[in-house]
Amino acid sequence: MRTNVNGEWREADIWPGASLLTLLRDAFGLTGSKNACEQGECGSCSVWLDGELVCACLVLAAQAHDRQVRTVESVADGQRMSAVQDAFVEAGAVQCGFCTPGFVVAVTHLLAQDPNPNEVQVREALSGNICRCTGYAKILDAVTLAASRLREDR
Amino acid sequence: MLRLPPLRYLRPTSVEAAAEAVAEHPGAMLIAGGTDLVPNLKRRQFDAPVLVSLRGIAGFDGIQGEPGRGMVIGAGATLDQVATHPALQTAYRALAQAAGFVSTPQIRHMGTIGGNLLVDPRCNYYNQSAAWRQAVGYCLKRDGDICLVARSSPRCWAVSSSDSAPVALALGAELTLRGAEGERRGAAADLYRDDGIVYTTKRADDVIVGIHLPAAPAMTSAYWKLRRRGSFDFPVLGAAVALDWADGMVRVARGALGAAGSRPVEVSHLLTPLVGRRPDDELIAQVAEAAEKPARPLDNTDFSHYWRKRMTRVLIERALRDACGLDPLAGRLTAQTRSGQAA
Ligand SMILES: Cc1cc2nc3c(=O)[nH]c(=O)nc-3n(C[C@H](O)[C@H](O)[C@H](O)COP(=O)(O)OP(=O)(O)OC[C@H]3O[C@@H](n4cnc5c(N)ncnc54)[C@H](O)[C@@H]3O)c2cc1C
Ligand code: SF4
Ligand code: FES
Ligand code: FES
Repeated sequence: MRTNVNGEWREADIWPGASLLTLLRDAFGLTGSKNACEQGECGSCSVWLDGELVCACLVLAAQAHDRQVRTVESVADGQRMSAVQDAFVEAGAVQCGFCTPGFVVAVTHLLAQDPNPNEVQVREALSGNICRCTGYAKILDAVTLAASRLREDR
Repeated sequence: MLRLPPLRYLRPTSVEAAAEAVAEHPGAMLIAGGTDLVPNLKRRQFDAPVLVSLRGIAGFDGIQGEPGRGMVIGAGATLDQVATHPALQTAYRALAQAAGFVSTPQIRHMGTIGGNLLVDPRCNYYNQSAAWRQAVGYCLKRDGDICLVARSSPRCWAVSSSDSAPVALALGAELTLRGAEGERRGAAADLYRDDGIVYTTKRADDVIVGIHLPAAPAMTSAYWKLRRRGSFDFPVLGAAVALDWADGMVRVARGALGAAGSRPVEVSHLLTPLVGRRPDDELIAQVAEAAEKPARPLDNTDFSHYWRKRMTRVLIERALRDACGLDPLAGRLTAQTRSGQAA
């Protein structure tokens, strides 16, 4: 198994039926992507596969062979959190935190494609992520905050 | 932890090699995006000792043509590609709508249109973990000898839950299948069997290669879906309609219902009163009321089956109004339901 993870080619000896999520968490020690439902029903394992947002729990390790994977660990700049991460903390969009990495990936993906989404577009883009704690209002606030900061930076 | 059973993963690079690989390995299954297959395998709803991947096949995801000439959609096109393709926003819009209503953005990036046509029929007693099914008692579809929904029934009534399947029927789509023994082309309607277990007519080694949409420059189409949440959920009902027009009048009307039986349910014969007419509120409501007849929801999905049956005419009305360019929610049958936003 050979996969490019966050810009670095890595190899692992793992059976092909393991999920990409298992590969990332157990073989590569990248535990940011969370393992919740394992059936595509929650989005907490969201990663990029060749630039597309996908659920790592439904991708077989074999399907990620020779492809580019980007995880939530790549979002921060070293020890400095990204604008999206900062906004989640400041808006109070994190409670238990289990859904947060998946949301951070989905929001980062959205804002890279559309720096100024309206609320309908934000809801649509986040419709594959479930949060059991916050009730989503603060997550929407965080997206607005992150979007306005990122626009200022441009 | 949900783990896949032991399996081998093969990566052929051509459709022919994929068909042959399945034919050579008993029990082998094709895998495209894996978004239906993988969770089902994790829950041990069936076994597949060998998975044959369709991912490495070049040119399997192309979308070509336009409504004036007809279109061919490669079976490997993702739902996201289908939902957003510019040539699919007019005559064939129902297909883009259906693809866009599937599950979540994450799953639409992985799931393919070919895999969507072949979603394993669903049932509340079947789409459960192995432990759940063991505790409740197994059923005909897997490991058991009775149907837990209709106990005296000799057959399985699992529900055809694909969003694109009824649309393929309504659009009069044809499919090219390539098996180990060669290629053939046939109506999408002929792919399906009215059985919750053996739900298709295709052989295990038949690869769906392309979906052909006939030329239809003057057609309009629409797909409406009923489900509990606006995201994630499979349809508990789907209504697909396609109307071909000449001089402001309906020339041909076709339609099919999803999640209303073990296969997509054809209702075209009940839409003929629209032909030669310029449909108005009343005609649409009348036709929609008559067209719900073949829907036979059973108590094996989300929501009560009485309500699903009652909503069938409402959903057909909305789809027809949508295809006629009328406000989908302003129809008479919708007005009879207490909550206009139920869908
Ligand atoms: C949380 C969740 C929600 C979902 N919601 C919906 C929904 O609302 N509506 C809906 O329709 N689906 C839904 N799905 C199911 C699935 O995601 C989609 O149907 C998807 O389009 C399946 O495509 P795939 O490429 O992932 O298929 P796979 O899982 O790879 O395959 C599905 C089946 O098709 C066969 N197959 C795939 N491609 C071909 C081919 N080219 N030729 C022959 N056989 C082939 C496979 O052998 C398998 O039997 C959902 C799934 C999840 C996990
Ligand atoms: S309809 Fe009956 S046999 Fe089929 S899956 Fe459901 S309980 Fe099992
Ligand atoms: S863990 Fe992958 S979607 Fe829930
Ligand atoms: S913060 Fe707990 S699930 Fe979202």
